Amino acid sequence: MSLKLEELTVGQEIGTATIEVTRQDLVKYAGASGDFNPIHWNESFATSVELPGVIAHGMFTMGSAVQLVSDWAGDPAAVVDYQTRFTKPVLVTDTTGTSEPGAVIEVGGVVGALDAEARTARIDLTVTFAGQKVLMKSQAVVKLA
Amino acid sequence: MTSNPVNPNLQGRSYPAAEVYDVGREKIREFARAVKATHPAHFDIDAARALGHSDLVAPPTFAIIVAQRADAQLIEDPDSGIDFSRVVHAEQRFTHHRPIVAGDQLHAELHVDGVRAMGGGAMITTRAEIFAVREDNQRESVATTTSSILVRGEGQ
Repeated sequence: MSLKLEELTVGQEIGTATIEVTRQDLVKYAGASGDFNPIHWNESFATSVELPGVIAHGMFTMGSAVQLVSDWAGDPAAVVDYQTRFTKPVLVTDTTGTSEPGAVIEVGGVVGALDAEARTARIDLTVTFAGQKVLMKSQAVVKLA
Repeated sequence: MTSNPVNPNLQGRSYPAAEVYDVGREKIREFARAVKATHPAHFDIDAARALGHSDLVAPPTFAIIVAQRADAQLIEDPDSGIDFSRVVHAEQRFTHHRPIVAGDQLHAELHVDGVRAMGGGAMITTRAEIFAVREDNQRESVATTTSSILVRGEGQ
């Protein structure tokens, strides 16, 4: 790993990412994770339980957002702690049969804190959909060399 | 339809590790693709070994599979009063004590750390202690996951 704590500063940006999501992506995530709650793939069911429509798994959003950190760190295993609050749903519209995404999630990360003793950096992620933050207190702790 | 209230006596309850979860290479690759992760350490054994890992490395949220299997014991417990269709994920945390790699055999012990009434619903916090069993039969801590789920009441 090439990242060194001494070369990082609090507030430093680590980059940005754009994640395009389709209904098919949610079906793939359901299969891969085992979370088959129909609110993530069935419109009539989602609306019957008073949701605005099919929403992404919070864990899809959390899981895809952290890739920015894995890539920055150079090793996904360097992410020793990762937490978030899910504050707003990501509504994924049905664009099946087109090349359009059903939702677009924007991710950005900054160095939020450095711990010289533990040799870790806390990355604070900003994750937005339709101009609103969908994750709050989204923080990944990265073990550094 | 009136949903049953969540059982307030769940707090402090624990569910012992049930079935073993075998971490397979293809499952790591499948999960990585599902979260759109492209890091080679999830897909290519040589890339993972070059970083010092014994096999493919699981993405940082892979442990949710094991944690949600453990959570299912609580959600499916008829005594819990949890209506899964009204469950919304509120908070999630992963603390990794060591990386999860292909070939691991994982066990998860579930603890209900909190139950709090919220309007007509309830916020439930669970913790899964995920561990491997070493050859000397000692537990090796792998990850601790904590989840808060909101069981929405009527009109929530």
